[in-house]
Amino acid sequence: MTQMTLPRGTTARRKTARSLADRQTKPATRLGLGLLTWVIVLVFFFPVFWMVLTGFKTEQTANTTTPHFIFHPTFSEFASVWSGTPGTAGLRGFLEHSVLISVGSTLIVMLLALPAAYALSLRPVRKWRDVLFFFISTKMLPVVGAIIPLFIIARDLNLLDTQRLLVILYTAMNLPIAVWMLRSFLLEVPVSIIEAARVDGAKLHQQLRSIIIPLISPGLAAACLICFIFAWNEFFLAVNLTTSNGATVPIYLVGFVQPEGQFLAHLSAAATVACLPVLIAGWAAQDKLVRGLSMGAVK
Amino acid sequence: MTVLTSAPRRIAPAHTTERRRVRGWFTRAPLLPAMVFTIVVTQIPFLLTLWYSFQDYNLNYPNRPKNFPTLANYKAVFADPTFRAAALNTLMFTAGPVILSLVLGTGIAVLLNRHVFGRGFLRTLIISPFLVMSTAAALVWKFTILDTTFGVLNYFLKPFGVHDVNWIGVHSQLTIITFLTWQWTPFMVLIVLAGLQSQGDDILEAARADGAGAWRIFRSLTLPHLRPYIELGILLGSIYIVQAFDAIFIITQGGPATDTTNLPYYIYETAFQAYDIGRASAMSVVVVVATILVATVALRTISSMFSEEGMLGR
Repeated sequence: MTQMTLPRGTTARRKTARSLADRQTKPATRLGLGLLTWVIVLVFFFPVFWMVLTGFKTEQTANTTTPHFIFHPTFSEFASVWSGTPGTAGLRGFLEHSVLISVGSTLIVMLLALPAAYALSLRPVRKWRDVLFFFISTKMLPVVGAIIPLFIIARDLNLLDTQRLLVILYTAMNLPIAVWMLRSFLLEVPVSIIEAARVDGAKLHQQLRSIIIPLISPGLAAACLICFIFAWNEFFLAVNLTTSNGATVPIYLVGFVQPEGQFLAHLSAAATVACLPVLIAGWAAQDKLVRGLSMGAVK
Repeated sequence: MTVLTSAPRRIAPAHTTERRRVRGWFTRAPLLPAMVFTIVVTQIPFLLTLWYSFQDYNLNYPNRPKNFPTLANYKAVFADPTFRAAALNTLMFTAGPVILSLVLGTGIAVLLNRHVFGRGFLRTLIISPFLVMSTAAALVWKFTILDTTFGVLNYFLKPFGVHDVNWIGVHSQLTIITFLTWQWTPFMVLIVLAGLQSQGDDILEAARADGAGAWRIFRSLTLPHLRPYIELGILLGSIYIVQAFDAIFIITQGGPATDTTNLPYYIYETAFQAYDIGRASAMSVVVVVATILVATVALRTISSMFSEEGMLGR
């Protein structure tokens, strides 16, 4: 179980093996490959860097044919994004919706997924394999196949453009991921510890509270972050089912598709604010990210 | 089947089956809320889609007779050249980015698996495109990078003799494929990197001691080891990328003409711009059936991945 996804988590033995391999390559090749790595990664990161950079510009410095890399940074566009400009609403209301919907759905996902993952791992039900594959199969069906009935049901239940609707749908969207991910963490809990606790007369809820949950808490945190990321970034359901009262940050951003006047700095500032929570969450969860994305298949 | 012979036998097992049934429900109980929720929210809408697909149902004409059941929608869908174009585009916008991001992702993962100065930092940077909200990224690409006049890409290309290219208007399909590849390469990097780090060093060392070159080691040892990880990358990448909507909605709106209209976008247009619920539902059903066919194969692949011991987790 020492297999880690983190490069930082390499063992000492591995390190010596690596340096042996590195010693066999010529210093010039090594330097060249190192530079190549940096260049490729920076090219990939450039759009994100450019977004953040442009957010700190004024419209005058942003809307030029020769881009400015050095300029006097200003927070003015961030301020106007936050509170809104005359004629357009600010990002603040949308951010509040996004936070409530993402956090709310993530909490409900965990409440539903943890017991389900327990029943699929530590004390498995019969046919647990079929149940697991039922969950994953729901992720394979395209959302477009459900969007029309969802729209009509939501309309008839007066749920269109509400935050509740998105909470329900995002919960369903993330539940399979959470079940798979939490199950893979629960399977790592040593059975002997649970057996020992059971022998000592610990009830199920005591086992959960004092043994299982503390042991899987890093996994639980990672699952929460990943569900949060997916809910925060979701666009298709939000754009089709909400307009204002339930609208999330992506819906605010879509307002820029038909822009008027100079807007590049304003857009970049808004995009930066929109991405920041997820960038932070993702960087924090990066060693568990691959596990969540592969639904627990890759550690 | 006489009462006499079966009666005594029934009493004892009935007692234990009863108990077993109670215990069965006890173990099943934690699973039920999640199961019921998932079935209600994800399965019932699909059944309704199927039902709508056999009706003349247009939100613009709510009082028109629905003629249930009718096959008119399916006939219209299969005769529709735009639907066929959208299906082909979907194929292109899935296969293209999946293959490109996998090749790029494998290359970057191999590079990042070496001793590179600032490796942790580089890893943090490379996953960013995947984390960034796709609507935000699409807008930033559209207006600040690919724009003909203000875009930074044309500025960078000027020294190479490339002038004022209208990327989105003229190279719309390339734009979408590039954007999706950019977005999904980090995902492949993560999966392949996990595979590389699970590879035992003993074999690599032995191969090196035997004088095998780096390329030879990669081809005959590392690549076979990576195979399940690459398969998983293809599988999960396809599941997500086939539904690509955000980038198309924002960057090209499916155009010019229908050059970048994929099936999700076309269904969206039919349902929410033309309000033709019946025809959009029929398209959805076709898409879902096609997906089920592909997913059955995919699920079998995953299933074998999980059953082969020690390969990928448990």
